[in-house]
Amino acid sequence: MANETLKAGFEAYTAGVVAKLDKNPERGNLEPSRLYTPLDVEGFDYEKDLGFPGEYPFTRGVQPTMYRGRFWTMRMYAGFSTAEESNKRYRYLLANGGSGLSCAFDLPTQIGYDSTDAMAEGEVGKVGVAIDSLADMEILFDQIDLSKVSTSMTINAPASVLLCMYIAVAEKQGVSADKLRGTIQNDILKEYAARGTYIFPPKPSMRLITNIFEYCAKNVPLWNTISISGYHIREAGSTASQEIAFTIADGIAYVEAAIKAGMDVDAFAGRLSFFWNAHNNVLEEVAKFRASRRVWAKVMKERFGAKKAKSQMLRVHTQTAGSMLTAQQPNNNIVRVALQTAAAVMGGTQSLHTNSKDEALALPTTESVTIALRTQQIVAYESGLADTVDPLGGSYYVEALTNKIEAEAWDYIKKIDEIGGAPEAIAKGYIQKEIQDSAYKWQMDIEKGNKIIVGVNKFQQEEEAPKNLLRVDGSVGELQAKKIAALKAKRDNAKVEAALATLKAACADDSVNLMPLILDAVHAYATEGEICGVMREVFGEYKSHVAL
Amino acid sequence: MDKRIRVLVAKPGLDGHDRGAKVVARALRDAGFEVIYTGIRLTPEQIAESALQEDVNVVALSLLSGAHNTLFPKIVELLKAKGMTDVLTIGGGVIPDSDIPGLKAAGIAEVFTPGTPTSAIVEYINANVK
Repeated sequence: MANETLKAGFEAYTAGVVAKLDKNPERGNLEPSRLYTPLDVEGFDYEKDLGFPGEYPFTRGVQPTMYRGRFWTMRMYAGFSTAEESNKRYRYLLANGGSGLSCAFDLPTQIGYDSTDAMAEGEVGKVGVAIDSLADMEILFDQIDLSKVSTSMTINAPASVLLCMYIAVAEKQGVSADKLRGTIQNDILKEYAARGTYIFPPKPSMRLITNIFEYCAKNVPLWNTISISGYHIREAGSTASQEIAFTIADGIAYVEAAIKAGMDVDAFAGRLSFFWNAHNNVLEEVAKFRASRRVWAKVMKERFGAKKAKSQMLRVHTQTAGSMLTAQQPNNNIVRVALQTAAAVMGGTQSLHTNSKDEALALPTTESVTIALRTQQIVAYESGLADTVDPLGGSYYVEALTNKIEAEAWDYIKKIDEIGGAPEAIAKGYIQKEIQDSAYKWQMDIEKGNKIIVGVNKFQQEEEAPKNLLRVDGSVGELQAKKIAALKAKRDNAKVEAALATLKAACADDSVNLMPLILDAVHAYATEGEICGVMREVFGEYKSHVAL
Repeated sequence: MDKRIRVLVAKPGLDGHDRGAKVVARALRDAGFEVIYTGIRLTPEQIAESALQEDVNVVALSLLSGAHNTLFPKIVELLKAKGMTDVLTIGGGVIPDSDIPGLKAAGIAEVFTPGTPTSAIVEYINANVK
């Protein structure tokens, strides 16, 4: 046993350290072990556990050469106020080296209300751009060539409607749907569990999702039909292991639903994508990315019998952790985001959004967004982190941590399977409870000083209130109301009525794919609220139960 | 005090980010208050009605979407209209400092911004509840 001498050496080292701990004490509350050695990765099998990049189980990455070929897509999440304002920000980002778009919609748009709905009061244009109809979407992508850009849309419950609007704008530009590249978030399960922009109950929601899978497989083949999101689960307070476990459990539910709807796994699985959070603990995050790829590859191959490599790959978009930004000493956030960016890149992300320093206070200004984008460019071009594939592969610590996170994820997935799958675990409040417990523990650790956040519970200083925050004024709601009134006066209302009636009838018939009918209604300039309105009438609305 | 302080933690508007609301609710409960959490996406009317039905001493509002200037004052007005003039109404969330004077003038007693320890909210309620 070659490890015998190592074991003896390690024991001697430990004894030596412990003997002097009184004189040379260590900091408290340290989670990792003091030192990682080959003893921590006993049984490690390179070919089985890591393999080569681009090959099963994809631990080292989903592409053979990773960033040596092309950097990740630098995709800045943006959108506020009107379509006109957001269009300006998109064109600014693309002109400054952004390589893809990422649309933030306001909450009424995300929940299927027109800007004029009573529920939209105070919210229009606030956290994203207000989109009421195809007319707004045409303005949003004005002078942006949809055959060239890839666009991610953070839209879930009404993802079908916004995707149809995007397809319709592209048609008007002369770009056919089979050329379109991008992603819709379309992940309703995490909305129930963590993010809150649900509309319909689970059953019709899952139907809409499988309708989209099916429609896109035939008509929009390059589109990522879902972005199964751990980001918001982490933002809601989960740990790294919970983030990937709950998300992969959601992924399992989507795959099962599509298979149950009669689809072949390899016909749609290649278009499934994921969304991770890049949090503060750099090495834990790197391990999380690596572990998540290994878990998903095994799930797809062993559980679902997926044969194509593409179906087994976990491709991921990443955003730096918004909840880790501090309102105190906001310039410090630039440094946090740089470290989180390093984690996402060493973790092997396919695209990345970097948060801006002022986002604990308001939506970001152009200046702060530029710094955030430049942060990615500095990591890409200057840091060397992107020059070799999976640079931390083989680190005793990172491999041990990857194994640990994977094992914790499997434990959760097993537990969720026993409950009856992710939808059932959410219905029972199990996932929400686990997340809340972690969130509470995090907060108490900060309040007790077990965890230090610079500028918040240590190194505080008196500060002036920050200036130059971006404000969205209240007139956006009035402006959108005028646009809707003008639209309704101009469009062929009989055609709208007919399209909505057809859609409504089809909602009641599970065998119909709703996508072509939603597209018809979009073409007729039905508003988003009208389209979601008829679906609400048939499907009803989800009511969450609250537990503390 | 022989009667426990009753607090309604509520989320007006459409944003679903209730990590903060839930953490605060739990910390208040651990501090010995009776806490009712409404869940997300409530209208000002629903919140005022819950406050009345639950007969609370404190209404704690959480909002992260930027709609606070519209919705917080509306809730204060509705509480008054229902005769709940003694209720202590406080707020928290992503709220720029420059908005705080306006919210206080509209009847929000105190605004707690990101980074506030939950213990500060507990102390504030104990010191100010009527």
